[in-house]
Amino acid sequence: MSEALLEVNNLITEFDTDEGVVRAVDNISFAATAGETLGIVGESGCGKSVTALSIMRLLPQPMGKIVGGEILFKGQNLADLSLPQMEKIRGNNISMVFQEPMTALNPVHTIGRQLTEVLLLHKDITAQQAIQQGVKILDRVGIPSPDIRMTEYPHQLSGGMRQRVVIAIALACNPDLLIADEPTTALDVTIQAQILELIKELQKDLGMSVILITHDLGVIAETCDKVVVMYAGKVAERASVHELFDSPAHPYTQGLLASIPRMDTTPKSRLSIIEGMVPGLLDLPEGCRFENRCPHKRALCEDAPPAIDEVSPGHEVSCYRWQEI
Amino acid sequence: MSKVLLEVQDLKMHFPVKEGILLRTSKYNKAVDGISLEIAPGETLGLVGESGCGKSTLGRCIARLYKPTSGSIKFEGEEISLLGANALSAYRRHIQMIFQDPMESLNSRHTVAEIIEEPLIVQNMGDTAWRAKRVKELLDIVGLPARSVSRYPFEFSGGQRQRIGIARSIALNPKLIICDEPVSALDVSIQSQILNLLVDLQKEFNLSYLFIAHDLAVVKHISDRIAIMYLGKIVETGDSQTIYRNAQHPYTQSLISAIPMPDPHRKVTRQLIIGDVPSPIAPPPGCNFHPRCPRAIERCSVDVPQLSASKADSTGLVSCHLVD
Repeated sequence: MSEALLEVNNLITEFDTDEGVVRAVDNISFAATAGETLGIVGESGCGKSVTALSIMRLLPQPMGKIVGGEILFKGQNLADLSLPQMEKIRGNNISMVFQEPMTALNPVHTIGRQLTEVLLLHKDITAQQAIQQGVKILDRVGIPSPDIRMTEYPHQLSGGMRQRVVIAIALACNPDLLIADEPTTALDVTIQAQILELIKELQKDLGMSVILITHDLGVIAETCDKVVVMYAGKVAERASVHELFDSPAHPYTQGLLASIPRMDTTPKSRLSIIEGMVPGLLDLPEGCRFENRCPHKRALCEDAPPAIDEVSPGHEVSCYRWQEI
Repeated sequence: MSKVLLEVQDLKMHFPVKEGILLRTSKYNKAVDGISLEIAPGETLGLVGESGCGKSTLGRCIARLYKPTSGSIKFEGEEISLLGANALSAYRRHIQMIFQDPMESLNSRHTVAEIIEEPLIVQNMGDTAWRAKRVKELLDIVGLPARSVSRYPFEFSGGQRQRIGIARSIALNPKLIICDEPVSALDVSIQSQILNLLVDLQKEFNLSYLFIAHDLAVVKHISDRIAIMYLGKIVETGDSQTIYRNAQHPYTQSLISAIPMPDPHRKVTRQLIIGDVPSPIAPPPGCNFHPRCPRAIERCSVDVPQLSASKADSTGLVSCHLVD
C-alpha cells in the first residue's frame, strides 16, 4: 500500500452556538491514499460535511473551530497553517466540489471569469493563456462548444452542466486531492450517472485522490475503494468497500444496508428499520452514540464510548459487541 | 381488472409563457401533454421521471390544485376536471396529498392538533370533542405519541414531521392519496420507516396511491404498476416487476441502468444517455426522447410514437418506434 496523501488523526471540530458548544466531529481518524477514492457516508448531521470543511479550513467563522487533532496533507499539518498559507493550497493542491452547483457558482460572473480566476491565482500565466487553458478544461469535462460557454453565465446552463463547470474549476490546477461533498445529490439519476462517470474517469487520468461524501450507499458501492461510516460525529466503521458491503461489523452499518429497498426485495414487504432517530448533538449519550437505536445494546454500551477495534487488516469498527453479533 | 377508482384520459396542462413588454402569450409550457392512466382501489401506481418531466404537475391536476387545459379526469366515474370550487370541496375529501418537504408543507405557527384537525373543520365533521379524539386516534395510527398535540412542527424531526403530514392526509378517510416525493427529503434509516407506514396504511384502509418519485428502487418497492414519464408524456407503463426485469423503452432502460446499486460486486453495464432533458416549451419534433436516445433512427425525429401494447407485459404499454 502506498503512503497516505491525507491523514486525519483524532480530529475534533466544535461550534459555538447559543445553546452551548456543539462537537460536530469528535475524534475521527482516516487516511486517503493517492489514486484512491475514499467514501464518507452517513446521515444528515453526522459530521461528514464538517469534516470536509475542516480539511479545507472553510469552517464558518467565528463559530466553527478545530480544537484537536491533526490534518496531515503530504506531511504538513493543515490545522496549523495560517490563512495565507492555506489559500495557496486551497484550489491548487486540494479542491472541493459542492452539492448545489447553482449556489457554488457566482451568478453575476461569466463561467470564463470564474474558471480563470483560480488559474490566475495559483499559476504564473497571462490572462490570454488562462482563457486558453480554461477552454481546454471545459472541453475535458465534456461541455459542448466550450469557447462559447466561457462567455455565458451560470443561469444559462442546466444543472448537470453547472456541476461540470464546478468540477472544471476544481480541477483547473490539477489538484492532488478532490473533495466532493454530495456532488450528485441535487441532480437527476441519469445526470448523476454522467457526473460519477466523469469523476471516475478524471481520477484515473489525473491520478488524484478523491474523497466522496454522500448519504447514498449505491454511489459508495459504485465509486469508492475505501469507506468511512460516520454516525453522530464519530467513526462507526472503516473498511474497504467490498468488506463493508459483504461483512459489515457495526450494527449501524448493518441496519443501513438492510433498510434500503433493493431491486430484489419483495414488493410491499416490510423493510427492516433502524428504530428511533439520531441523537441531537447537544445531548449525546455518554456511551456509544448508537446505543439508543441499537438492537444489540447491553449495559456496557451506555457507560463509555467503545474504542476502535480491528476486525481484519484495514477493517475497523467502533463497537463492543461486533464479535458476537 | 377490478373497477377503476381514477381514470385519466388524454390530460393536458399547458402553462402560458408570457413574454415581451405586453406580456403576450406566445408559447406554452406543455408540462403535461396528453396523459392517460388508471388507478384501481387499493392499488399503487408509481410515477417516475426526472425533474421537469411534469410528474408533480400531473399529481396536482389530479388533486385539482390546477385546472387542466383539456382532457378528462374521472373519479369513481364522475367527471371532475371541470368542477368549480364548491363542487370540488366534496371531492377533496376523497383525494389527499402528501408533500415532499414536511417542513414547508406544515404551518409552523399551528400546533400539531390544529394541523391535523384543519381538514376535519373544513369539511364540517363532528364537534370539538369528537375532532380532538380523532386527532389522537390519527396520531396513534401514524406512530406519534398523543402528547404531540400541543407541540409545533419545528419540535419534530423530518421523519416525524412527515408522519404529521400523513396523519393530516388520512384524517378524512380518503380513497386516493397523491404522494409527491414523500421520502426523498428523508435520511435512509427514516425512509424505510415511512415506507413501511405507507404500506401498512394502504392495507388497513384500502388506500390507492399515486406515488411520485425519482428514486426507482423506492418506487419499485411500493408500486403495483409503474408509469415512466418523459417531457410531459408517458413513455412506458406496466407491472412494476416486469418493467424492472424487461424494460422496453430505451429511456426506461437507461433510467434503470443509471441507478447506483448498493453492491460493489455488480459489474456496471451502464447505458449512459447523453445531454439533458429538453425544455417542455419547445420539445423536439417526433419522439421527445430522440435527441438523447442511443438507438434513435431517422423515423424517430419525424413521427410521434404512440403508446401501444408491450411485448414484455400483457398489461403494459410502450411508446417507441423501435420495439415492434
